[in-house]
Amino acid sequence: MSYQGKFRVWRGDDSGGALEDFTVEVNEGEVVLDIIHRLQATQAPDLAVRWNCKAGKCGSCSAEINGRPGLLCMTRMSIFEESETITVTPMRTFPIIRDLVTDVSYNYTKAREIPSFAPPKDLAPGEYRMQQVDVERSQEFRKCIECFLCQNTCHVIRDHEENKEAFSGPRFLMRVAELEMHPLDTADRVDQAQDDHGLGYCNITKCCSEVCPEHIHITDNALIPMKERVADRKYDPIVWLGNKLFKRS
Amino acid sequence: MPELERHSFDVLVIGAGGAGLRAAIEAREHGLRTAVLCKSLFGKAHTVMAEGGIAAAMGNANESDNWQVHFRDTMRGGKFLNNWRMAELHAQEAPQRVWELETYGALFDRTKDGRISQRNFGGHEYPRLAHVGDRTGLELIRTLQQKIVSLQQDDFQEFGDYEERLRVFQEFTVTELVKDGERVAGAFGYWRESGRFVLFEAPAVILATGGIGKSFKVTSNSWEYTGDGHALAMRAGASLINMEFIQFHPTGMVWPPSVKGILVTESVRGDGGVLRNSDGKRFMFDYIPEVFKDKYADNEEEADRWYTDQANNRRPPELLPRDEVARAINSEVKAGRGSPHGGVFLDVSTRLPAEEIRRRLPSMHHQFKELADVDITAQPMEVGPTCHYVMGGVEVDPDTGSSSVPGLYAAGEVSGGMHGSNRLGGNSLSDLLVFGRRAGAGAAQYVRALGDRPVVAEQAVAEARATALKPFQHEGGENPYTLHMELQQSMNDLVGIIRRAGEMEEALQRLEKLEERARSLTVEGHQQFNPGWHLALDLRNMLLVSECVAKAALLRTESRGGHTRDDHPSMDSEWRRKLLVCTTSGEGVRVEEKPQIPIRPDLLDLFDRTELEKYLTAEELS
Ligand SMILES: Cc1cc2nc3c(=O)[nH]c(=O)nc-3n(C[C@H](O)[C@H](O)[C@H](O)COP(=O)(O)OP(=O)(O)OC[C@H]3O[C@@H](n4cnc5c(N)ncnc54)[C@H](O)[C@@H]3O)c2cc1C
Ligand code: SF4
Ligand code: SF4
Ligand code: FES
Repeated sequence: MSYQGKFRVWRGDDSGGALEDFTVEVNEGEVVLDIIHRLQATQAPDLAVRWNCKAGKCGSCSAEINGRPGLLCMTRMSIFEESETITVTPMRTFPIIRDLVTDVSYNYTKAREIPSFAPPKDLAPGEYRMQQVDVERSQEFRKCIECFLCQNTCHVIRDHEENKEAFSGPRFLMRVAELEMHPLDTADRVDQAQDDHGLGYCNITKCCSEVCPEHIHITDNALIPMKERVADRKYDPIVWLGNKLFKRS
Repeated sequence: MPELERHSFDVLVIGAGGAGLRAAIEAREHGLRTAVLCKSLFGKAHTVMAEGGIAAAMGNANESDNWQVHFRDTMRGGKFLNNWRMAELHAQEAPQRVWELETYGALFDRTKDGRISQRNFGGHEYPRLAHVGDRTGLELIRTLQQKIVSLQQDDFQEFGDYEERLRVFQEFTVTELVKDGERVAGAFGYWRESGRFVLFEAPAVILATGGIGKSFKVTSNSWEYTGDGHALAMRAGASLINMEFIQFHPTGMVWPPSVKGILVTESVRGDGGVLRNSDGKRFMFDYIPEVFKDKYADNEEEADRWYTDQANNRRPPELLPRDEVARAINSEVKAGRGSPHGGVFLDVSTRLPAEEIRRRLPSMHHQFKELADVDITAQPMEVGPTCHYVMGGVEVDPDTGSSSVPGLYAAGEVSGGMHGSNRLGGNSLSDLLVFGRRAGAGAAQYVRALGDRPVVAEQAVAEARATALKPFQHEGGENPYTLHMELQQSMNDLVGIIRRAGEMEEALQRLEKLEERARSLTVEGHQQFNPGWHLALDLRNMLLVSECVAKAALLRTESRGGHTRDDHPSMDSEWRRKLLVCTTSGEGVRVEEKPQIPIRPDLLDLFDRTELEKYLTAEELS
């Protein structure tokens, strides 16, 4: 059942690094993170990797496996041939800290720039009433585990450091959409999306949606509807007001 | 020696799970400068993994629910060993804490009339768990994270600095608390990224570090669960209680080996899933203990009717408290009626339509498909017990979360008492919010009332630094990974779900040897993001905490909740009146008996006398 697998793992820090070759035991049912852990325990005790839940729930273990962005803990070894050499590299869009660990602070900065949920002033805790159908849209976006794989993949920033300032990335544009679609949020989010978070940079290629481990329809359900709202707004601001009032009633 | 990074705050919260974040929000709302420290990235603490829900008697699904019923269920679940004041506060305040989350932006699943939907869970008399599919922990942590961000935005508006009064230090590990005489004075630790040391000076420290599961081989817990807070508290002079009580969740994955232990949420059973052995028999009917006979159905027909008519039927025995179900599975496997990979079958595929399963249990569906190639809408799952939760923890004042050390507070899984000998599902997330908030308020009041601020002695800092660097001093010593694996194996085999005196004595001997070997560990490389070094430091905590577990478990000669003795199989009312208290004075762990405070009469009146007779001594009842 077990075999000796061939791996190439990127090792280094912000001053540079290279792919290192390893041969490691692989057992039935294992995922790539198991292999990285075996490397730490047997050959490279100081190999740096971020992980936490090992169950696809926390979004810590994002990396690129044979160039494809994914979670190390949810990438099964059985999808590869035994003879294949598997290359594991850190996410490319974020600065390297060490080995497979990158500096993801860009994401936390962007998160902080989005105005928070604005609760209705006339409702006390316990008085909130919302229908399941109305919360489902935002609930889909709240499935996000903040693995930042979509951020890593989006071409607007993947090789364009210069766009990071103006563009919040799919994860956080989706957060704006989530608040916009929250049945009880009282703020106007449409202009923010366009003016403060760079929605205009997105040209709906859907690459972000493709890598999302939670299978969230980021582009179809969050980004495109937001773009539509922006477009509507241009012609008719009354549409927005009407929408909001209608939703509240 | 490079210069030490220093920060000063009013309140230091160690841990960014539900308890830590709620505590930090409270302290900050009291106007205090607050810091949150956590080992992983902000928003990724263990709480993120919670699935099933938050227990709160809101009465949305069944109007008969109220705090008294919730209190009763909690006490029963804990076999009356619970700190009754904590159980009371918890049951009373949980609804407020859940509703408050909605004002922070949480979006729970809804009832038809638009309120928060509530689901069934083991040991809860009514549907009581507020939930979001089976990713409730994610919703909880994201909501609190976003509330913290919103408070930071307020500060930005007011002071032009997001971090004026509330700052998160992520990927930072605390290795030692520092004191000024009897009082807490701050904490010492290192940045995981750079390995550089930092001293935090603060008159109040709140421990919210979660549990200890990483000392066991098969566990649903992540690497963070190395019992740091438990050990920090002990070394600072505080006491731990109830450390012998460890919850083995009945349903962890058993196959493939690399995912062994990963949790299968209890919601599977709450929503209709049943347990079967290799003969296809629903075996839980054979394991209903005497004390629960009047509450659980003894035949399949009645059990199945319960899902639609709870007023006239008793509950299915699959929903017995976790300790009962875990032991039953253990017995079935031992009797040779297990599944191919040493578990039993958990089946929801024949109980609900596929579409419904995907809607109600999306992450279970996903988890089994991705990790085990099992489609739970068409096949049964294989499950077995996994180390899940520690009931024991820092002994605290129920109202304020204060430990016996002035300025040191604890909340969440790291605190002890609330759950007695066994925690009910869903009662942890609510515990985090209720007691996180209380600890935040308690610490704030303490700081406000303080005359002079404590001062950190440079000597203490030098010692903490030397201890942290020790693993780099040795050459040719052992690898921390080897020791960790041996520790996990020993605890699993010898102080696991079923315990015997001889085995626990052996465990203690092994722990002693491991401790000796741990003194001369060798770590390769340097301080920058070095997992080998991190583990070496965590091991020290795991060994101390494991010793508490083994020693207390050996002393308690009865079986109750998360402590099952093969050699003392019954529950003993005399033992209910006693707590085992662990302390350390540097070398080794001391465990002493301490009497429980008698339950307040008006709370006792909430139970039938016949029920109380099952738990209390004749003397207590007279
Ligand atoms: C898979 C799973 C499912 C669960 N489902 C449910 C459920 O449905 N309902 C329920 O009520 N309960 C559930 N539980 C239990 C519940 O999730 C936990 O008990 C609870 O989340 C613990 O929260 P906490 O705030 O105490 O600690 P945690 O969320 O674990 O946070 C601990 C924090 O402390 C930090 N920390 C630890 N040590 C240090 C240190 N030395 N220095 C700095 N920081 C440190 C960590 O980094 C982390 O941020 C579940 C548990 C698991 C494992
Ligand atoms: S759809 Fe938009 S956000 Fe997503 S990857 Fe393409 S450009 Fe980026
Ligand atoms: S939207 Fe998906 S890919 Fe992006 S951070 Fe969230 S979970 Fe990850
Ligand atoms: S470790 Fe949590 S998602 Fe991989």
